Amino acid sequence: MRFIRLVLLVVVGMVVAVALPGGTVFAQDPTPTVDTSAITDDQVNAVAQELYCPVCENIPLDVCPTQPCTQWRELIRLKLAQGWTKDAIKDYFAQQYGDRVLAAPPARGLNWLVYILPPVILVAGVILVYRVLHSMRKGNGSTSEAKAPAPDLTNDAYAARLEEELKKRR
Amino acid sequence: MEEQTPQASQRKSLPVWVQALALVVLLAFLTLIGFSLKRTQQGPITIGQTVPAFTLTTFDGDVYNTADMQGKVVVINFWASWCFPCKQEAADLESAWRQLSPDGDVVFLGVDYVDTEPEARAYLSEFDITYPNGPDLATKISQMFRIRGVPETYIISPDGKLVDVKIGPYSSLTEILDAIDKAKTGSVN
Repeated sequence: MRFIRLVLLVVVGMVVAVALPGGTVFAQDPTPTVDTSAITDDQVNAVAQELYCPVCENIPLDVCPTQPCTQWRELIRLKLAQGWTKDAIKDYFAQQYGDRVLAAPPARGLNWLVYILPPVILVAGVILVYRVLHSMRKGNGSTSEAKAPAPDLTNDAYAARLEEELKKRR
Repeated sequence: MEEQTPQASQRKSLPVWVQALALVVLLAFLTLIGFSLKRTQQGPITIGQTVPAFTLTTFDGDVYNTADMQGKVVVINFWASWCFPCKQEAADLESAWRQLSPDGDVVFLGVDYVDTEPEARAYLSEFDITYPNGPDLATKISQMFRIRGVPETYIISPDGKLVDVKIGPYSSLTEILDAIDKAKTGSVN
């Protein structure tokens, strides 16, 4: 009886070991089967156009004709099929290939300058132009006020002589 | 000498704080330009130079830090699944690894440059590559070496200095083994 129990225990143990995962470790399937057929090229390109090819610089991913770009577009298709959002995919690409693949630099670290400096410079420029124009207008005003009166020619000897000469010639 | 009217002197200069701010902004810009220029002018790691330590996380999640590999020859191969010349040397690199790994004095690290994981894994599977391979996350490692393309292979001597650089694929197993032998003896190529 005890022997039968032991045999049963061994058999059950073997069945459990075979059936349960963990005993043998299999390599994970790198490309889980996901149906990507529902994802259109337009959907892929909507994400791809906000990313740049990491190997051929300055070419947006949606128009890049190289083999790596084709792979990346397929990766976008796969991620979309898995339910990833556009931002999540962009984050993934930035993490994998660096910020240079993003069409717009992320607002962090020194990149903040890209977003802060233009408006600051614009405002400073407007203030500067206003001040200059204002002071110019003020300057013009003061010049007209300080305008010298027309010279009194009645006591000018030269003018008197000139008048006399002209009279003589008439 | 004509005396300036108060209005003229007021018109002449901006407030001190504006001038100071402008100066600070200008200096900050110059500093930034200086740093970026220094960075862009910085050349690749040259032969004989000590290679800074870096970390590679493999596709299986194992972490390798080159700082822990002192005393060993480290072979760093940059590759990508979309790179056809990489395929020419893939089998030879794996053969070299299998031949040398039992001694334990050589480490191979495959750095997958801007690649997609499914294709990279397929590539590793195709060539039955068993040495550690992982993605070059955010291209930090390739930027450090300033690689110009793939494949490129860097061999580091046991004392952490760069001793050999191979631009393009190795033509044979013998070429790989010779380069590693020279690295072991400390001779610089």
